[in-house]
Amino acid sequence: MPLLEVSNLEVCFGLRSGAVKALRDVSFTLERGERLGVVGESGAGKSVLGFSILNLLSRPGHISAGSVRFEGKDLATLAPEELRSIRGNRISMIFQDPMMTLNPVLTIGVQMVECLKAHRKISTKDATYIALQKLKQVQMPSPETRLEQYPHELSGGMRQRIVIAIGLLLDPDIIIADEPTTALDVTIQAEIMDLMLNLCEQNNVALILITHDLGVVSQVSQRMLVMYAGRIIEQGPTKEIINDAQHPYTQGLMNALPQMAIPGQKLNQIKGTMPPLQRIPKGCSFNPRCEYVLEVCKHNLPAFTQSGNCQVACHLVAELNQEKLLVKEV
Amino acid sequence: MIAFFVKRFFQAVVVMFVISLISFSIQDNLGDPLRELVGQAVSEEERQALRDEMGLNDPFLVQYVRFASKALQGDLGDSYFFKQPAFDVIMKKLPATLELVFGATVIIVLFSVPIGVYSAINPQSWFSKTVMGLSIIGISVPVFLTAIGLIYLFAIELNWLPSYGRGETTQVWGVWETGLFSADGLKHLILPSFTLASIMLPLFIRLIRSEMMEVLQSEYVKFAWAKGISPRRIYFLHALKNTMLPVITVGGVQIGTMVAYTILTETVFQWPGMGFLFLEAVNRVDTPLIVAYLIIVGAIFVVTNTFVDLIYGLVNPTVKLAGRK
Amino acid sequence: MTDSIQTMEPQLSTWQRFLKSHFWHSFKIDRVAQLSFMIFLIYAFLAVFASFIAPFDPYDASQIDIMNSEIPPSWEEGGDELFLLGTDAQGRDMLSTILHGTRVSLTIGLCAVALQALLGIVIGLTAGYIGGRVDSFLMRVADIQLSFSTLMVAIIVLAVFQATFGTELYQQLAMIMLILVIGIAEWPQYARTIRASVLAEKKKEYVDAARVMGFGRLRIMFRHILPNTLSPILVISTVQIANAIISEASLSFLGLGMPVSQPSLGSLISSGFEYIFSGAWWITVIPGVVLIVLVLVMNLLGDWMRDVLNPKLYKG
Repeated sequence: MPLLEVSNLEVCFGLRSGAVKALRDVSFTLERGERLGVVGESGAGKSVLGFSILNLLSRPGHISAGSVRFEGKDLATLAPEELRSIRGNRISMIFQDPMMTLNPVLTIGVQMVECLKAHRKISTKDATYIALQKLKQVQMPSPETRLEQYPHELSGGMRQRIVIAIGLLLDPDIIIADEPTTALDVTIQAEIMDLMLNLCEQNNVALILITHDLGVVSQVSQRMLVMYAGRIIEQGPTKEIINDAQHPYTQGLMNALPQMAIPGQKLNQIKGTMPPLQRIPKGCSFNPRCEYVLEVCKHNLPAFTQSGNCQVACHLVAELNQEKLLVKEV
Repeated sequence: MIAFFVKRFFQAVVVMFVISLISFSIQDNLGDPLRELVGQAVSEEERQALRDEMGLNDPFLVQYVRFASKALQGDLGDSYFFKQPAFDVIMKKLPATLELVFGATVIIVLFSVPIGVYSAINPQSWFSKTVMGLSIIGISVPVFLTAIGLIYLFAIELNWLPSYGRGETTQVWGVWETGLFSADGLKHLILPSFTLASIMLPLFIRLIRSEMMEVLQSEYVKFAWAKGISPRRIYFLHALKNTMLPVITVGGVQIGTMVAYTILTETVFQWPGMGFLFLEAVNRVDTPLIVAYLIIVGAIFVVTNTFVDLIYGLVNPTVKLAGRK
Repeated sequence: MTDSIQTMEPQLSTWQRFLKSHFWHSFKIDRVAQLSFMIFLIYAFLAVFASFIAPFDPYDASQIDIMNSEIPPSWEEGGDELFLLGTDAQGRDMLSTILHGTRVSLTIGLCAVALQALLGIVIGLTAGYIGGRVDSFLMRVADIQLSFSTLMVAIIVLAVFQATFGTELYQQLAMIMLILVIGIAEWPQYARTIRASVLAEKKKEYVDAARVMGFGRLRIMFRHILPNTLSPILVISTVQIANAIISEASLSFLGLGMPVSQPSLGSLISSGFEYIFSGAWWITVIPGVVLIVLVLVMNLLGDWMRDVLNPKLYKG
């Protein structure tokens, strides 16, 4: 049994103008200690996916179909108290902007200790000791003084270290990190990323890294998902996808990387923009922007096709594979 | 902390200076003290001599300094009507007004916080919707109509509560005449307190609700949910503490407003406080009493504002009391 | 909301654009807003045509007979069909007096708010656009003014004036005094909000563009920035009219506002208050209800507009 198994997950935002589906038919698995990257443009549903795993969607969003099985228990239908015992304990989250994540009117110590006390029968003294250990693990300079301080007294990098320390407090099985370095200065992004990677490896914690940065994903994750307009369009081992992307959208993302550009020439952009969730086109949602678009793409939703170790949702890949088969048979 | 008080003290001095200037010019222009003293039957020369003697022909500045130095010693002149020092007359009525404000504040805090928090957590419930509907009606009813309605219902129709006055009062520590320690006094306090609270209560419920709803949407509250903390702790520690920051600021301003509304409330209930006295003084053109009221109310404003800032500084860690701008 | 702005086509007339707007659409689906607006229109109509609709002229002493005093409304026992809503203690027809009182209250409310808006907009624009010392000085003044409650300031100013002028002269000037006092005391509400909007708008490119094209300061302020602050002004104004009407009523109730000879709703209620104990409830209750409904309707409209236009209002 995989540690986490998401199947056919669908998330709905019930607005006055009608329900909008932010996630459709999302399925993937995560093994113990595995690191999974989730990439896509902003608005593709990456963050919604992160929040829906812990069933943390705020109104009017909710899981409308599918399941999120953690050790066999479906988090989508679990009773609130049981769900609470998993949040922060077995699965923890690291948010995007450390400036907004910590409560401005509570000390770091209070915010760390309360988390321990919520999940373990433990004295304040022992909890403080554990908090201190975790602050040392995230290489926080002079950790003792930090416990007494308020968030506004610390820099962005230090705050994100604290958020990571809170994420690790109860030695969780999974950490979901939603763009953990985007809001930080470029100079400390790599530092924080390395720290997270090391801590996950040392403690055998599975990581779901949500990011738009393909470079980071290629360094950190073993497997990756590519999302577009609320659906997974390609998933598989990171190396295979990076080296030989199958889906035209993933190819476009790769070509848009500055590393791929020829100096002096314009970067290769994917033309057009992702449609808003209310106006997703029929058929393959990528079809208006796809340069290989076929008639079938405009009418039928592509099913997943196995290609190597990857799964790709593209008609073109299916046809290419069929051609390959035909060539073999002849 | 000391810097904060020095700064605050300086501001208070400036505000009090402005108030004293205004008060003085009122006293200077309003009514002729001579007429009060000697009547009409005195000749013009005698009047001038008297004016000189009393210093009424001195330059403005000299007169003001005299006024201010006297005021600093608590001497604001004698009330024309009561023939007593105006300061003493007002101070005697101060406890009644303060008790009224106190009663209203207790009601506001007791009701607005739980109702505001509840309707922020459950914005779609019928209770929240009813509260929101009632609160807009509450805002729309002028305070004197609330008072009349309450008197009509509870004093005339039901005959449960008295409709005017303070009832039985007791002396505490020899100086404080209070209605808080007798059943009759408390009974008399109920209707006026609710009336005074009725202006602020809807405002505070709406304010707490909207601030709390905003805070509940914040990243740090989401993060608290992700940490698996109990809902009670999230609502009443994480969210409420942040909600209270703007509420305290607005509340400080509203305390000042409440003093103004005591005039209306006291008039309807014939509550023997400062506001009632002030209105009588206006009708009698009792200048020293008007001036004394202005100065004492000004002082109350300054003290409460300082107090509110202090509380704000204590609740909000991002404000360092020592290094405030 | 952004959709409606994007879909606006330049060739449409203002009226057509209005019909396509989010504002009009929300109004069409909101029953409370429609009802409130209808009631407000009725009030406005009654106020404007009070002298034609009212069966009596309450200002004309010859039509008043003291023998007719304290007649209950016509549906009550002892009522007179001539006086639909009864008469007050002086024998005036309540219906006529209330109609004229509504006119007085609305006039004072609207004029006071117009004055507030004028002062607030000019000061807010100046502070926001010029910035620097002028800005910090004006905003400090606004802070101080706001920290003293409007009602307090109004009571003191009016009390002092009444004491200085004597009651007779004061009563002749009461209406102008009320407008001036309520108008001047509340300008910071507008000034702060306008200033905040100006600061936000000033950063935007179109203002730079206008400046580069060589438009003068005044033109940029009034032609380019002011129209963009329209929605907060609209929201504040609605609520402020309600507040001004309440303030006026309160001051009149205290005897510092409109005299009994030319009553507003507030002074009517005040004059009836002493008779409520003797059973003549209608002198207080009927104008009270008329006042509450008027203020409630304005507040409901203000609330609805705040939800629809969602401007960034200045907080605390």
